[in-house]
Amino acid sequence: MAYVPLADQDSEMEMHHPHSWVTKYVWSQDHKVIAIQYGSVAIAVGIVALVLSLLMRMQLGFPETFDLIDPNSYYQSVTMHGMIMVVYLLTALFLGGFGNYLIPLMCGARDMVFPFLNMLSFWFYLLSVLILMASFFVGGGPTGAGWTLYPPQTAMEGTPGHDMGILLMLASLAVFIIAFTMGGLNYVTTVLQYRCRGLTMMRLPLSVWGIFVATVLGLFAFPALLVSAVMMLFDTLLGTSFFMPAVIEAGTPLDHNGGSPILFQHLFWFFGHPEVYIVALPAFGLISDVLSTHARKNIFGYRMMVWAIIAIGGLSFIVWAHHMYVSGMHPYFGFFFATTTLIIAVPTALKVYNWVLTLWEGDIRLNAPMYFAIGFIFTFVHGGLTGLFLGNVVIDLPLSDTYFVVAHFHMVMGVSPVLVLFAALYHWFPKASGRMYHEGMAKVHFWCTFLGTYAIYLPMHYLGFLGVPRRYYAIGTTDFIPESAQDLNATITIAALFVGAVQILFFINIFWSLRYGKKADGNPWGSASLEWQTPDTPPAHGNWGDKLPTVYRWAYDYSVPGAHQDFIPQNVSESEEPTADEQHFDPDRDTSKADL
Amino acid sequence: MSLFKQLASKPWERKGVIGGLDPEGVFDTSPERVALSFFLAVASVIFSLFAVSYVIRMSLPDWTPLAEPSQLWANTGLLIISSILFQWARSIANAGKQKNLLTAFIGGGVFALLFIAGQVLTWNSLQAAGYFLTSNPANSFFYLLTGLHIVHLLGGLWVWSKSSIRLLSGGKPENLRLSIELCTIYWHFLLIIWLIMFAVLSNT
Repeated sequence: MAYVPLADQDSEMEMHHPHSWVTKYVWSQDHKVIAIQYGSVAIAVGIVALVLSLLMRMQLGFPETFDLIDPNSYYQSVTMHGMIMVVYLLTALFLGGFGNYLIPLMCGARDMVFPFLNMLSFWFYLLSVLILMASFFVGGGPTGAGWTLYPPQTAMEGTPGHDMGILLMLASLAVFIIAFTMGGLNYVTTVLQYRCRGLTMMRLPLSVWGIFVATVLGLFAFPALLVSAVMMLFDTLLGTSFFMPAVIEAGTPLDHNGGSPILFQHLFWFFGHPEVYIVALPAFGLISDVLSTHARKNIFGYRMMVWAIIAIGGLSFIVWAHHMYVSGMHPYFGFFFATTTLIIAVPTALKVYNWVLTLWEGDIRLNAPMYFAIGFIFTFVHGGLTGLFLGNVVIDLPLSDTYFVVAHFHMVMGVSPVLVLFAALYHWFPKASGRMYHEGMAKVHFWCTFLGTYAIYLPMHYLGFLGVPRRYYAIGTTDFIPESAQDLNATITIAALFVGAVQILFFINIFWSLRYGKKADGNPWGSASLEWQTPDTPPAHGNWGDKLPTVYRWAYDYSVPGAHQDFIPQNVSESEEPTADEQHFDPDRDTSKADL
Repeated sequence: MSLFKQLASKPWERKGVIGGLDPEGVFDTSPERVALSFFLAVASVIFSLFAVSYVIRMSLPDWTPLAEPSQLWANTGLLIISSILFQWARSIANAGKQKNLLTAFIGGGVFALLFIAGQVLTWNSLQAAGYFLTSNPANSFFYLLTGLHIVHLLGGLWVWSKSSIRLLSGGKPENLRLSIELCTIYWHFLLIIWLIMFAVLSNT
């Protein structure tokens, strides 16, 4: 009997074959189109968040000069910037965007297991974004309670958006979680059940491992956000007191009584900390593949990298209260969470060592994705090290409400994942579009972004040491902050405006290259993993033509001694390895010059 | 090969096709069952977090326990019958038979609907007795948890109604075996959740 792998047994595959423009590009069930839809919406909403951050920076840098935002809109900007960046941009782009695009291709499948559910996932995501954006246009505007949405502040009259704004935020989050669950069930089932013949779990590229474990984290962590959002909706809408304590507002007691705001914090951070790794693990995976490909070396310590991803995923559920040291917790409780926080640094550091050791004596190609990947190692190490400081209770207490924390989480969770996103976008752009991007423009984009973000966040650590408090609309005059701190703030703002403006280079590059870029061949980087071995570039619907691939090796056979070219694709058996005459990839080709 | 052995394997040493027709590590079951297992895990986390919140909130001084009405015992009986009928439908479908399949499968859903109606009646009687949503956190949790359970049941009933329509319009039982099986697993899960929830609500 002819071999029919599980991934090719789906008779519905024909049924969702697009027959019109609408089914191909709008109501599409093709994972690649859905990935691009997810990515486009995520980047669009990310631009909104970027503009909000620039408005905040202009206020902070030049408080007397600009009159763009008032204190209320400052807090609304803080809240929306944070929530959009963490949930609606990073989570959506890493999992909805790259997860959707890469999982079926890297697993040698034709599509996700449940294409219809996948399509629904995107439309629910879009709905959640629209609900969130709608809060800009309702009376009172969006909520200004901070991205952590702590009660009772969320529901108090003094907080902007305490009525419609917070309701729309909670509704949007609930819809987002439904969207994520539909997508997440697809991702994990596809990875587990739709791998092509010969593709064991330990032959998967680390990108898939990162996305897979992050999805499992998301499936188990987002319920905590859902639970807290539902109870908070009840509190704000129906007048219950799950979280709301007895509060006197402007001399009048509110109807609430006896609720526990700390309970909300626990629930929120039980989601919030794994969320850090929901973003970080896919980034770890993607960067591992970019580094390995462009260093022409197998990833150092593949098994340890997989184990580290799993260990970090597990540990991420028992560190949440390190975000709550200042809430006043039992010292033993703080000690436990400080210990687990330091322990989670071990597998994380192991990954960093392995990335550096992958570069060691590699045949490094300094293409733009590699620039971003190496840049990521720097920013991640800096952000990670300050995390070790803040993981300790005694150091966290004085620094918690200062710009040191802002600098820390922006380095580790803002700049680092964004550098990975750019690395990955440039790296896989030729496969997704069939065109090469403009290498020179991409490198200028890198240097401006990389140096620019350091110009923003390094001085911010110093502001934190000075004791400059975060979350303030204007610092005003104090006894303990020297006037020179304001000069630093102004410098940071100029750097932030520069970095924000320079992102236009990325969009120019993408749109210019889509039309005028050099045609990319199927595997311009000489990559061994499966997604580069598709018969068509960009891959056609169904990805693999008539026959699914068979995998004979892992995804990192680079510079194999005795091989005739410096990579062996996963779907090439030992007997099929090309001879010197057949080789078509020139390892000495300088793609950076060829594409200029 | 066990999970640990798989994770300990050295992929750089092993060349060639590993595994049989499907690669190692693929579960010998349908993708739908795998997805349902993950969904049940997600739903368990949701209910567990509510349970933890319930216990923490219960320890605060304003908590006044709610005396659960006796109708809940009758409602529990309805849900148990519903689950038994689904199990019966599953056995018939697995045996490849048709007799009584319609009765068992449709009956299972109908009893679930009766359970929901019973829960709503319980809400009404509680309201009539002055136990309002906002009067005490114990009441709030009662309405919230039972409501959440109903929402999960409604999701199951949506899938059940689609399968029922296929069955009523002459769909072959062998084509519906998977749907019937998944519905049955889901119903048993929701019964277990309800029994735990009922025990917690009654004893606190």
